[in-house]
Amino acid sequence: MKRLGRFYLGVILVFLYTPILVLMTMGFNASPLYELPFSFTTHWYETLAGNDVLLTAGLHSIILALITSVVATALGTIASVALSRRTFRGRNLLQVLLLPPIAIPWLITGTAMLIFFYWTGIGRGMHALVIGHVAMAIPYVVLVVGTGFKTIRTDLEEAAMSLGSTPIHAFFAVTLPLLFPSILGAALFAFAVSLDQFVISYFLSSPGYTTLPVQIYSAIRKGFTPEINAISTLLLLGSMAVILIFARFAKPGETRDKR
Amino acid sequence: MTNVDVQAVAKTFGAVPVLTDISTRFPVGSFTSLLGPSGSGKTTLLRIIAGFLRPDEGVVQIGDKDVTQVPVWGRNIGMMFQSYALFPHMTVAKNVAFGLERRGIKGTEARRLVGEALEMVRLPGFADRLPKQLSGGQQQRVALARAMVIKPSVLLLDEPLSALDRRLRQEMQVELLRIQRESGLTTIFVTHDQEEALALSDKVAILDKGRIVQIGAPQEVYERPLTRFAAAFLGDSNFLSGTVENGAVRLADGTVVQASGQLPEAGRKVTLAVRPEKMSVIPAPGLVNQIDAQVKTVIYAGPALSYHLQSTDGTEVKLFAQNHDGTLLPEGQTVTLFWSAAHTIVMAD
Repeated sequence: MKRLGRFYLGVILVFLYTPILVLMTMGFNASPLYELPFSFTTHWYETLAGNDVLLTAGLHSIILALITSVVATALGTIASVALSRRTFRGRNLLQVLLLPPIAIPWLITGTAMLIFFYWTGIGRGMHALVIGHVAMAIPYVVLVVGTGFKTIRTDLEEAAMSLGSTPIHAFFAVTLPLLFPSILGAALFAFAVSLDQFVISYFLSSPGYTTLPVQIYSAIRKGFTPEINAISTLLLLGSMAVILIFARFAKPGETRDKR
Repeated sequence: MTNVDVQAVAKTFGAVPVLTDISTRFPVGSFTSLLGPSGSGKTTLLRIIAGFLRPDEGVVQIGDKDVTQVPVWGRNIGMMFQSYALFPHMTVAKNVAFGLERRGIKGTEARRLVGEALEMVRLPGFADRLPKQLSGGQQQRVALARAMVIKPSVLLLDEPLSALDRRLRQEMQVELLRIQRESGLTTIFVTHDQEEALALSDKVAILDKGRIVQIGAPQEVYERPLTRFAAAFLGDSNFLSGTVENGAVRLADGTVVQASGQLPEAGRKVTLAVRPEKMSVIPAPGLVNQIDAQVKTVIYAGPALSYHLQSTDGTEVKLFAQNHDGTLLPEGQTVTLFWSAAHTIVMAD
């Protein structure tokens, strides 16, 4: 039984990682048509360094992801505080309404946003991308931070208040530090959701402001070059580094004693 | 050193009245237990005194000050929680210093006071540990040090010992009592553990359905319960019902029982309470009352024996006895139970 489980896990990992490994390897292959035999070169990384269009799009993606991460985490955390610690009219409704956007296909969300932004005069471009990405990242933040809240007992805040803390001080001195791993996780989630996003970005980007996935897509339509492999590899390594650093800090999966 | 006064306090959650017209005084230096089943309002009363809840009606005074409208952080209370509620991201020292910092006490003075507080709860040398590195009992001591170090006007305890195992619990009871006596701090203690309430308190208040049904010294409340609820909730009681006749009570089977205290006029129905340990199978001078009962169940618990019996009129009767000589009454045997008039208490309802 245990062996079978390991076998399955192995198969899953192979399916997950083989395409990625092939993609990374081909970025170092001399043939522009992905032909074998493999002959090592860093040529594609060199041409990438001169490819302003891809690099600019990459920079845009990262900046957009950073802004999305900060704004969505801030707003989502505040929403979580209200949803977890306050009672107000319509709280349950609001809590329920936050989740469907996660399940609604991006295509529909993207189309809706495009129409809405066009109609309201917001238009397309970086500001539209920020609004769109933040809106779609917030539910994830609320979900992650809200789960974090559930592990923090309310009597910790009460204890702080009994010792002389105002509710605001109790929040900053006790709740926020305990919530920090969740907030960090949520920020990372928002960052990843934004960086990955293609459909909404495709609709909302303007000719002057595109993101990397959108740019890769249009480049592929013109024809593959291993430069795409190169930039994908860099992006991949970057994201993995961020995830690993986070995993080291927050130790997901470890049950922490919060008493 | 401050007393706490609660006057005509009432609280309703939605349409449910949780506390109804509570008025009582917690004198300076007293240790009062609020005892009652869950839903009796004891925790609500404590939270109103603490300031976590505002009463719908009535006044809460700490010392001479009306604090009804003062929020919890302005009341200078010390509070202990069932879950200890230590801040998990702070060391023991930081936990204890938390309230001092809020009062502007920092640096060497704070360190000295924290040291003293940890000394008081017998945990010197634990200052740099994190709460999760401590046992439950140690965490509870830290919580006590944290509550005491700010020199609160009143100490409020919300079932602080119920998460501890029996041994630790007894140890903490002794500790708590020692510290309370040394500090002379007015203490209000919520518990559903009656033995704990009797052992620790100067005064026990029994709550039922949002009202204090009886308040007094442990001995008084235990020996002279006023109502059937008080008699049944605090300790065990045998209830005998009968009719008043010639200054005594005639039970359904015709037995006449002498009671102490004021009896209603002749002909009225009345309920009498007798503690199971006040009954005996051995006749003795002064044990003027007696009934016959058949032994149904014997519970052997080492030093203590308890019997469930049934009297001839069908009333369930409990009997607690010390295990003096290792012999038990056999099940099925009919015995005569004797007890005195002084231990026969007339219930008000």
